[in-house]
Amino acid sequence: MTFLPVILWSDVLIWLLFVAAIVFGALSLRNPLWRTAWQRVGRSRAGMASATVLLVFVGVGLLDSLHYRPRLENAAGPQTATAAPPPTATAAPPPTAYAVEVLSLLDVLLTPLRTRNEKTYSEPLATRAYAKESIESRDAAGELQQSRDYPRLRHGGAHLGADEARRDGDVGDRLLRAVSLAFLAWWAVAAATAAGVARAEACSAPAAWRRIWSNESDFAWNAVLAAVACLLLVALPLAMLAGQYHVFGTDKVGQDVFYQVLKSVRTALVIGLVTTLVTLPLAILLGILAGYFRGWVDDLIQYLYTTLSSIPGVLLIAAAVLMMQVLIDNHPQWFATAAERADLRLLALCFILGVTSWTGLCRLLRGETLKLRELEYIQAAQAFGVTDLRIIGRHIVPNLMHIVIIALVMDFSSLVLAEAVLSYVGIGVDPTMISFGTMINNARMELAREPAVWWSLSAAFVFMFTLVLAANLLADAVRDAFDPRMAGSA
Amino acid sequence: MLAYLVRRLLYALPILIGVNLITFALFFVVNTPDDMARMQLGVKRVTPEAIDKWKAERGYDKPLFINDAASGSAVLTDTIFFSKSARMFAGDFGRAEDGRDIAREITSRMGPSLAIALPTFILGLLVTVSFALLLTFFRASYLDFWGVVLCVAMMSISGLFYIIGGQFLISKIWRLVPISGYGGGLDAWKFVILPVLIGVISGVGSSTRWYRTIFLEEISRDYVRTARAKGLSELVVLFRHVLRNAMIPILTGVVVVIPLLFMGSLLTESFFGIPGLGSYTIDAINAQDFAVVRAMVFIGSLLYIVGLILTDVSYTFVDPRIRFN
Repeated sequence: MTFLPVILWSDVLIWLLFVAAIVFGALSLRNPLWRTAWQRVGRSRAGMASATVLLVFVGVGLLDSLHYRPRLENAAGPQTATAAPPPTATAAPPPTAYAVEVLSLLDVLLTPLRTRNEKTYSEPLATRAYAKESIESRDAAGELQQSRDYPRLRHGGAHLGADEARRDGDVGDRLLRAVSLAFLAWWAVAAATAAGVARAEACSAPAAWRRIWSNESDFAWNAVLAAVACLLLVALPLAMLAGQYHVFGTDKVGQDVFYQVLKSVRTALVIGLVTTLVTLPLAILLGILAGYFRGWVDDLIQYLYTTLSSIPGVLLIAAAVLMMQVLIDNHPQWFATAAERADLRLLALCFILGVTSWTGLCRLLRGETLKLRELEYIQAAQAFGVTDLRIIGRHIVPNLMHIVIIALVMDFSSLVLAEAVLSYVGIGVDPTMISFGTMINNARMELAREPAVWWSLSAAFVFMFTLVLAANLLADAVRDAFDPRMAGSA
Repeated sequence: MLAYLVRRLLYALPILIGVNLITFALFFVVNTPDDMARMQLGVKRVTPEAIDKWKAERGYDKPLFINDAASGSAVLTDTIFFSKSARMFAGDFGRAEDGRDIAREITSRMGPSLAIALPTFILGLLVTVSFALLLTFFRASYLDFWGVVLCVAMMSISGLFYIIGGQFLISKIWRLVPISGYGGGLDAWKFVILPVLIGVISGVGSSTRWYRTIFLEEISRDYVRTARAKGLSELVVLFRHVLRNAMIPILTGVVVVIPLLFMGSLLTESFFGIPGLGSYTIDAINAQDFAVVRAMVFIGSLLYIVGLILTDVSYTFVDPRIRFN
């Protein structure tokens, strides 16, 4: 084996969520009420455009959730796979050893970005470093000369050689090629979509094309295609340039910012999605129990969530995270690699966020259950002697699901935003884990430099803003479609 | 009224005890004081004697709940639970890692926190409510549409970026006010204006949208149609009827945070170097000062409960139908 698969807990959970979402989506399409609700979401142009963007983020996150440890070429060599010397023929075959570094599938795809590190800061697309350095060179007479200048980057624009002036032309050339490629790719996608729509609606392809763009189709294909166009126009130039340049520059230790931004996506997704795995069971179970059984159960559960919600969120999270840090630091033997420790810390953070944030949803569900249990059909079921468990499963839970769905999509963006703040406060993800929060935290002081180092922050800002905005817009579309109060106005 | 308040305060007591138990469990049961000592002292200097000394200095060397070695009432009082948690009800928070009295520190830091938080709160409320009223007045027009788009965009930006961007633009590029710091007296406005401005702007997105939803819900009610039918202008309808009837949902969200203003804002205070309670908390978190974090959790929940009671009281002012009995 040339690699050792590593299954991190968060990988399992995120793939599980992915499968669960697909299964749930397929099941809910069978229910006519749900199908109409999803169709309403499908007709929302803002919703579908943002769903397209989110899918790309999810794709990046999923690719980044398949981890492995590469085999070391030589067990006696250095501990990183990339720097291992080639095996010598005379040595006896050493036992297979694997690098301590845990890589993901995304890392493999981004190998050039991951490995081509500079010494320190460099501007986006730069060929020279940000700070001056003493450079030794030999002049014509062979004398050693020292001068202070901006040193040439090792990798940024290395293919240009000494001819750095050609950079602008080269970048322009690549951009032009990327844009024309994006154009071609978009036409291909658009044509395929039109053909698909034509087939589904049994009309000719030109007619389908007209239906798409005149907003007559049952699904907001025009929004999806527009989003695809934007994505292609951004992604292809980035991909075209990232091979030879640092598109978003490099950070303090010379790591490519573009790589960091892509890695941050997974952290944000894990925080935003896995947390709901904790929130939902707690909120649904306790909310329904309190609302359905009332009496002392209700009192107890109400007491529980009033107490929890009366502690200011950040402080409770801070207290819990501090204690978790003590626990992790005192038990280093639990973790084989640094990645596993960081991963467990991330999950613990999700758990803590979940435990502190289920109260709002629980209160909502309790109130709704109180209302539902007084309805005639539930009283009829009770009169027929249907067991409580069955009533809850058959009649109450399905009627609460729209609240759960709305809460789920609404929480996602606030959790992504919370991660950044918590990491800044020092109670977020592990400092070694790349996330939007740690990126901002590492770069926030650099604006004070002269000239300011703006690229790290800007890249984190743009990606985070896109992710959260898309999530917010999709959440609005879902809420409008599922909220019965909105049904009349739609 | 008085009887109601007393009853509410009595209800609050079990909640405070619950908070106290939760924090106690978090800080002393999940991890033993030994763990905390090891963490604080670092791996290198850890010896059993050092741990014992660390615990003795902070009074963590007692039993958790019941002290068998003591006699009389000291069986219960000479324990960690009593000396560290129960004493908080009497306003005794113990000492921080640097040896200072936490209670005194809190009283001296409330002022700067309030100096930032109070103007931010009042200005923010005014700005967002008027913006929401504006959007409601022009509902279903382009202004409304783009206003909502702006709100969604603004609420998608992390609070960190508002602060970093504001400091960069206003203090570094335009050099209008100092980047950070705090001063008493007449010069204070220079330091206060930027955090307040940024605080107001960062809250506009979500609050405006929330208030707009409330107003739109009210505006479809029957009494609004009646008011229009009797010939009132739209402005009068908005301010005299819709705004007043929307007060209940607005107050529910707003009054509760008023006592919490004392706690300040973690982010704003640490970015602007304001010596308030927010930066105190952040410093404590970074220094892993457990006593301070515990004290802040307790005060925070106390203030939240006060906020809940204030909310109920405020209802009687805006809605004469609500009475206490």
